[in-house]
Amino acid sequence: MTAAVETVAPRAARPSAGPWRQALRRLARNRSAMIAAAGLVLIVLACALAPVYAGSIAHTDPFTSNASGTAVVNGARVPVLAQSTEGLGLGVTPIGPTWNPGSFFLGADNQGRDVMARLLYGGRNSLMIGLSSAALCCVLATLLGVLAGYFGGWIDAVLSRFFDVIWAFPVYLLAICLSVVLLTSGLHVGPIHIDAGSLALPVVIIALIYVPYVARPLRGQVIALRNKEFLHAAVGLGASDLRIMRREVLPNVLPTVVVFLPLMTALNMLTESALSFLSVGVQSPDASWGTIINDGLALLYTRPAITIAAGLCVGLTAVALNVLGDGVRDALDPNARLRGGA
Amino acid sequence: MSTLLKATDVVKHFRAGRGRAVQAVNGVSLEVRSGETLGVVGESGCGKSTLGRCLVRLTDLTSGKVEFQGRDITTLSRRALRPLRPAMQLVFQDPYASLNPRRTAGDAVAEPLRIHRYGDAAAIRKRVGELFDLVGLTRAHLDRYPHEFSGGQRQRIGIARAIALNPALVVADEPVSALDVSVQAQVLNLFSDLQEELGLTYVFIAHDLGVVRHVSDRIAVMYLGEVVEVAEAEELYAAPAHPYTDALLSAVPEIDDGTGASRRERVVLTGDVPSPIDRPAGCSFHPRCPVAQARCRTERPALRPVAGRQVACHFPNVPGTAAGA
Repeated sequence: MTAAVETVAPRAARPSAGPWRQALRRLARNRSAMIAAAGLVLIVLACALAPVYAGSIAHTDPFTSNASGTAVVNGARVPVLAQSTEGLGLGVTPIGPTWNPGSFFLGADNQGRDVMARLLYGGRNSLMIGLSSAALCCVLATLLGVLAGYFGGWIDAVLSRFFDVIWAFPVYLLAICLSVVLLTSGLHVGPIHIDAGSLALPVVIIALIYVPYVARPLRGQVIALRNKEFLHAAVGLGASDLRIMRREVLPNVLPTVVVFLPLMTALNMLTESALSFLSVGVQSPDASWGTIINDGLALLYTRPAITIAAGLCVGLTAVALNVLGDGVRDALDPNARLRGGA
Repeated sequence: MSTLLKATDVVKHFRAGRGRAVQAVNGVSLEVRSGETLGVVGESGCGKSTLGRCLVRLTDLTSGKVEFQGRDITTLSRRALRPLRPAMQLVFQDPYASLNPRRTAGDAVAEPLRIHRYGDAAAIRKRVGELFDLVGLTRAHLDRYPHEFSGGQRQRIGIARAIALNPALVVADEPVSALDVSVQAQVLNLFSDLQEELGLTYVFIAHDLGVVRHVSDRIAVMYLGEVVEVAEAEELYAAPAHPYTDALLSAVPEIDDGTGASRRERVVLTGDVPSPIDRPAGCSFHPRCPVAQARCRTERPALRPVAGRQVACHFPNVPGTAAGA
C-alpha cells in the first residue's frame, strides 16, 4: 500500500513519457508477462549455448551418426544402440536418459546422437525460423496493409484479392505444397536466390502464408485512420502520400504490429515444427524441435523421452510467447489503463 | 481591400448510392477580402465545413471555381497545390482528432516547417519555440503528447501549426465549438490578436451566432448548401433581410434585462431541414418560409445585391424592395 503512495508524487513531476515508454512501464508491471519473458530468455539462452554444451559438456557431435559408439552408464560401458529385444527383435533401441548432463542426458536417438545436444541445436533453428519468419511476415504485412488501406481503390482491390487467394488455402496444405516444390528446386525470383537446402526457405514460406492474417487487420486500421482529421490536416499542410504514410499512419499501426510479433512468432514456430515433423521443413541432418519429435515417433514406446522433451520445448515456448504477447497487447491498449489500476 | 479568395458557383456533391447525390454545397459564390474575417454560419449539415474544405482545396470540387490570390486553384493536383499550402491553412473543429496522438505537440507544429523546408533542425526548433510563445503555450509543452493537454491548449497547438508558415488565409472550421464556453473566449481572443499581429485573413465557420458576431467583419449565412445572405456583421444583426437569417437570429437566446421587452420577435420555423439529397424545387427554404409565395416554389432566387448587401430571396425583408426586383 505504501508503494501506491510513493508512486503518486513522482508521477506528477516526471517529465512527459511517450506512449511507448508508458507501455513498457505497464508491461514491466504485468507479472505473468514478466515470468513468460524470463522463461523465454532462459530458453533462448540455453539454445544459444548449444555449441558450448555439445563441445564442452557432452563432448559429442549431434549431427553425425554414432551407431557404433558407446557410453558409460552406472560405471558400465554399454553400446549406444542395442539390438531391440522386443517384438521380432528387429531394429535398434538407443540408450535411454542417463540424467547425467555429461553424457546422453536425455538418451540417444536411433542414430546414436545425443538427444539433449540436438534439442538445443534444434531449438536454435525453431526459434530462429519462428522469429525471423514472424519479422518478415510483419514487415510484408505492414507494407501491404498500409498501402491497401491508405490508397484504397484498385490498389486495395488487387492486394485484398491477393490476401484472399492465400487465405483461401488451408494453411498447412499451402505450406506443404510450397515446401515440397521449393525444397527440391530452391527459390529463384528476380534478385532473390535461396538454395534448396537453406533454412531461409521455411522462413520465407511460413512468412508468406501468414501475411494476410496480419495485413488484414492492419488494412482495416488504416482505413479507419484515413478519416481522422489529423490526416486531413497533414494533407492541408502539403504533406506527400509517402510522408503521411510514414509519419502519420505508421506510428499509429505500429503498436498493432508489435502485438502481432510475439503471437506470430509462436504460431510460426508451431508451423515450422509441424512442417519439419512432416519432413518438409528443416532437413536432416539439421535439427529442429519438429524433426526431433519425428525422430522420437518411431521410438515412442521404448524411448518416449525424446518426443516428450521436444514437445515440451515447443509447447512451453509457444505458451510463453502467447502470454508475453497478451501482456504486450494489454500494455499497448490504451483501455488497459482503465483495468490496470496502479 | 483586395480580394484574396474568390469562389464562383462552387458545387460539391457526394455520391449517396443509387445514382443519388448529397448536395452538400450547391452553387456558392463569395469573396474573401484581404485582412477581413468572413463568418460563415448555418445549422449543422448545411455544408459549411464542406465549403471550407473546398475553399482550401482539401477536397475536389464537383463544379465551380476557386481563385486564390488571383490564381485559379480549382483543378490543381495535390502536388501542384503544395507550393500554395503555406499561404492557406486550416484550423479544425476537433482539436483532439486533428492532432496525431502519437506525435508530440512540438513535433506537430514542426511538421509544416519540415514539409516546406523552413530550415535546419535548429532553425525549426527556434521557430517552433516562437510559435508556442505566440499562441500562449510554454516551452515545457513541446515534448508532451496531445492527450496531456486540455481542449483549449490543443486548439492552440492546432493554431500554431496553421500559422507556422505565415499564411495569408486561415480557414477555421468551427474552431471553438468543441471547447468549454469559458475557454472559447480565450481562443477567440487569440484569433483576434494573431490577426492583428500577423495580418491574417480568416474564414470563420461556426454555428454559434454569438461567436461569429464577435469575430466577423462580414457574415455569410448558409442554408442547405447555399449562401442565402451576405452582409456586414452589424447590419446583418440589426436588420436581417432573408427570412431564414431572421429566424436564425431570433433563435439566439437573449438575456432578460428586466424590461420585459424582447428586442426581437421570435420566429419559429416549422418542419425540419430538408434532406440535401431531396432538395426542394425553387427556393430551398420555401417549405419552411413564413413569407413564401407561389413563385418561391418554382423559381430559385439568385444571390443579388439588395440595399448594400447580398440576399438570395424573392421577397427580402428590406423596406422599399418588397415585391422582388
